[in-house]
Amino acid sequence: MDSTQFFTASRLIIVAGKGGVGKTTASAALALAAARTGLSVLLVELEGKAGLARLLGAEAVGYDPVPIDAGPDVPGSINARLITPDEALMDYLADHGLKRVGKAMVRSGVLEIVSTATPGIRDLLVLGKIRQLESEGVADLIILDAPAAGHAISFLRSPAGVAEAATSGALHAQATEALALLGDPNRSRVMLVTLPEETPVNELVETAYSLEEEVGIMLGPVVVNGAWPHLGGLDQPIEQASAAAGARLGADELASLASAGDYRRERCALHAAQVARLTEELPLPQLSLSFVFTNTLDRNDLSALADDLLAEIEALDAGAGSP
Amino acid sequence: MSPPNATPNHAAPRLVDLVDTAQVIVCCGSGGVGKTTTAAVLGLAAARRGRRAVVVTIDPARRLADALGLAGIGAEAARIEGDWPGELSALMLDAKSTFDALVERHASGSDQVRVILDNPFYRNISGTLSGTQEYMASEKLFELHEDPAYDVVIVDTPPTRNALDFIEAPERLSKFLNHRLYRTVTAPSRGMLRAVNAAAGTVLRSIGRVVGSEVIGDAIAFFQAFEGMEEGFRSRATAVTELFADELTAFVLVTAPRADSVAEARFFARRLAEDTIAVRALIVNRMHPPFGDADPEPDEDAIARLADTDGGAALADYHRARADLRRLAAEERASVADLAAQVATAALVYVPSLATDVHDLAGLDRVGDALLEG
Repeated sequence: MDSTQFFTASRLIIVAGKGGVGKTTASAALALAAARTGLSVLLVELEGKAGLARLLGAEAVGYDPVPIDAGPDVPGSINARLITPDEALMDYLADHGLKRVGKAMVRSGVLEIVSTATPGIRDLLVLGKIRQLESEGVADLIILDAPAAGHAISFLRSPAGVAEAATSGALHAQATEALALLGDPNRSRVMLVTLPEETPVNELVETAYSLEEEVGIMLGPVVVNGAWPHLGGLDQPIEQASAAAGARLGADELASLASAGDYRRERCALHAAQVARLTEELPLPQLSLSFVFTNTLDRNDLSALADDLLAEIEALDAGAGSP
Repeated sequence: MSPPNATPNHAAPRLVDLVDTAQVIVCCGSGGVGKTTTAAVLGLAAARRGRRAVVVTIDPARRLADALGLAGIGAEAARIEGDWPGELSALMLDAKSTFDALVERHASGSDQVRVILDNPFYRNISGTLSGTQEYMASEKLFELHEDPAYDVVIVDTPPTRNALDFIEAPERLSKFLNHRLYRTVTAPSRGMLRAVNAAAGTVLRSIGRVVGSEVIGDAIAFFQAFEGMEEGFRSRATAVTELFADELTAFVLVTAPRADSVAEARFFARRLAEDTIAVRALIVNRMHPPFGDADPEPDEDAIARLADTDGGAALADYHRARADLRRLAAEERASVADLAAQVATAALVYVPSLATDVHDLAGLDRVGDALLEG
């Protein structure tokens, strides 16, 4: 499908998945890809790990938006910001003429107490802020790097929980508005990320069904991150490959190369099997990002991942990932 | 792992000693690094070594059941039968039922229990909203620790930041119960001055405009119903904090060699150090093999040579496969080295990346052997 159409199907994309599957990498690659289609992108980070900023070569991201270099000759733009509950609350109160109450709540420690007693409030404050940014149209696309799987569900369920607990007051209104955002596939969707490994695939499937049942949010294509690229030459036995190249390698060297080749081939086969299982168990289109053999991704790696992503999106069936 | 000149008195710490002696083992680390499997492995190893172990997971994902080969794990400890001299049980935290049990234990009578369990505010905080889980996990840990049926409690914590909530939960609960606001709203039944109450009323009305007045009403009703129970909660919270700091409680840091996992592990180790809690073991899972020398350069040279050689493509792919793994392995070793230095007094164990996930007890045993030999 057309990549612009893909990225404009909803203004908010929530990137979620189990810890360690590469949500932040996927969020950054999505942002770079969307900027290349000419969109202005706001990347929202929650946990304050500054992982996103580091990945994109920026200084630490704070509450105020920071411009991110989207790359040479890119028609769109990227900004990143970190949204914390305390700052979201202060913003909210200031907007509603309640700044003094807010200050008093923070200073007296009341905010801490209230949010300790009603934990969903903190999540709701953040979602409420994102809802406001979405309504104001601060960017063509907002990409949220969401908390890890189990917590993503409670995070996204917080408006329903709070709306039930508070049946009046500003917080209730906030919760109702957030519910409307999450329930509208033209405004928001979740993209789940997984590794092509057994446990992450199991959890992805479980999370997908929970989100559908408990939050009712639209699910976009799944990002399968980190599949090891296939090397066709490994299908030949090492002796044959060595002979074909006219190489004269010692027995130790042959054995070492053979075991590295076996390791690679086995991993590729395992990944392919898990991708096949995911296809069978979850009827959502997939976007595949190749594994990069490094411990620290740099901008070039990310740029290559954004290329992959755009090609994968273009290859999707029209209508996939949009309502 | 011991340096060659180590004397018996200063031998490098060993994971097997923790398995044999610790009363509580807390597995922490970022998501996706194998904490749950590690907890199950340590539990099984303890049972094999004759101890009565119970493994508790507070991760909402049901991975522990998978690893132990159970169909599911409930809120009650389930025994896993096997041919070991000790015992092995597992359970998954159910925050609500743990909280209910806590209320029942500390309440003065069935009337108080009923008022609290029916209170909308209580039902809100004791349910599934994030945060309560961490309080109840520390409570459950303490309860199991006190239970004479078990020698060692092994806890699988949620990813790093929530694990911090878990450790800090008892202290936060104490702070909450000591807070001026809490004391003021519960004042009427304590016979404090009416004037104090009126001032509190103004503050509460303002907050009520934001959070909804019935939330405040329910909260006050809850705290009033809570009357007389906070001493029990507070002393329990203190006891849990002490248990975390106890010599017989071992914090085991689990990580993968990926740069982001290592960064999280370093952050976590620093935070534990601030609370004067030592990391007793560092387990690095999913290390990639270097296939000999970890230098990828000779392979890169070979690939360049083979590009100009007829029939060289297949052999070049073999060199590519090895170069990729060697580069990765070298970077992983470098990234773990700083973390290992930061927790220098911890037992250090490297576990190679496994081709398949652990499905059964035999798989757990294999990982266990690798862990305890380290």
